[in-house]
Amino acid sequence: MQQIINFIIRYKNFLLSLLLFSIAFVFTIQTHSYHRSKFFNSANFLTGGIYNSINNLTGYLSLKSQNQVLAEENRRLKMLLFNAENKKDSTYLDTVSYTGTYKFELANVIRNTYSGTNNVLLLNRGSADGLKPDLGVISSKGIIGIVDATSKHYATVISVLNTVNKISAQLKKTNHFGTLSWNAKSPYFVQLIDIPKIAPIKKGDTIITSGRSSIFPKGIPVGTIDSYKLDAAENYFEINIKLFNDMTNLEHVYTIENVDAAEINSLLNPKENE
Amino acid sequence: MNNSVLEHTGRFVLLVLLQVILFNYINFLGYINPYPYIMFIALFPVKNNRFAIIFLSFFLGLTIDLFSDTGGIHAAACVFIAYVRPVILKFSFGMIYDHQTIKFNSVEFGEKLTYLTILTFLHHFILFFLELFSVSKIILILQKTLFSGIFTILLILLITIIFSRKTK
Repeated sequence: MQQIINFIIRYKNFLLSLLLFSIAFVFTIQTHSYHRSKFFNSANFLTGGIYNSINNLTGYLSLKSQNQVLAEENRRLKMLLFNAENKKDSTYLDTVSYTGTYKFELANVIRNTYSGTNNVLLLNRGSADGLKPDLGVISSKGIIGIVDATSKHYATVISVLNTVNKISAQLKKTNHFGTLSWNAKSPYFVQLIDIPKIAPIKKGDTIITSGRSSIFPKGIPVGTIDSYKLDAAENYFEINIKLFNDMTNLEHVYTIENVDAAEINSLLNPKENE
Repeated sequence: MNNSVLEHTGRFVLLVLLQVILFNYINFLGYINPYPYIMFIALFPVKNNRFAIIFLSFFLGLTIDLFSDTGGIHAAACVFIAYVRPVILKFSFGMIYDHQTIKFNSVEFGEKLTYLTILTFLHHFILFFLELFSVSKIILILQKTLFSGIFTILLILLITIIFSRKTK
């Protein structure tokens, strides 16, 4: 017993650093899985509050470009509205209680990263505004990411520039679908894998979300094909996609909530709910 | 005693804030960010006990991790350099370290540069290795270590020169 205590006293520095290193290592491993530890993200009271006040100051710097983006979206929506193919001459009797499948919520990005390998955004809306994990996040131009964790007033978002994200996407002109991933090289390009060789693709084709999960509806724009090649086994294409979004300049975003998500998931994974 | 505790607390808070507000967003050439907050560990007084510095380093790294959503990579890298610091001190300063009388304001520039270089590159290598977490991307890891490392060393030298007290 005496010897054990002597051993501990003699090597206490080594043991302490080993212990702390292991703790840090466990935190690191956790971030490589899809849902990270609840406490160690920037959506908590202190870090979220600090980022919010910084954003209040720096938000003015990008006002002009953000206004242009919003005006452009208004123009596009007006065009859609007035050129709608089947003009509706009737509507629901009770439009107040009628809700679609997807609910949209406006949010501001108060912290944006794009230089690391697992990039995370911070939004200034949280569970108090109806946000919860696994909601989709888009901007007026296209896809941005998926909500990861929420606190009362803030939420973290795993952006598409992240090596752990797996979002289903497809070609616009056919229904061949694959998985979006990122090779951590450029914030302007993402990769689409698992598109079968038979799919007719060429440069400049548009890629959209496939709507195969309960997160994104079908048809959210992702980007255009920049280059493509067959993978090592020569069965699937690996496609380099240029994003519509400038991920380095984000301010106004929308979260999408699928109201039927719980229903869809319980149908797909019936065992989990028993 | 009280004065030095206050000074180090101030330095801690200031370096963390500078890192998370300014240096994390420099993105020079797309991905090069400096991490000058490790000068807190590098310039910690030598004669204080190792237990305290290892613990403080962990806390410093964890604070940075909290702000930048990186899990525990900064904490791990900081704990490692805090543990091996005496070895590097002995290697770079030789005799003076044996007498425990190093004052970072008054050591020679060359020795100081060796010390900072080894410490920074060790820290950055562990940091980027844990961030990318794959042996097959070793080239990218070394590339990031080299470029960010040079940036960090330059910044630490600049900051120490600007804020050094005259010792003559």
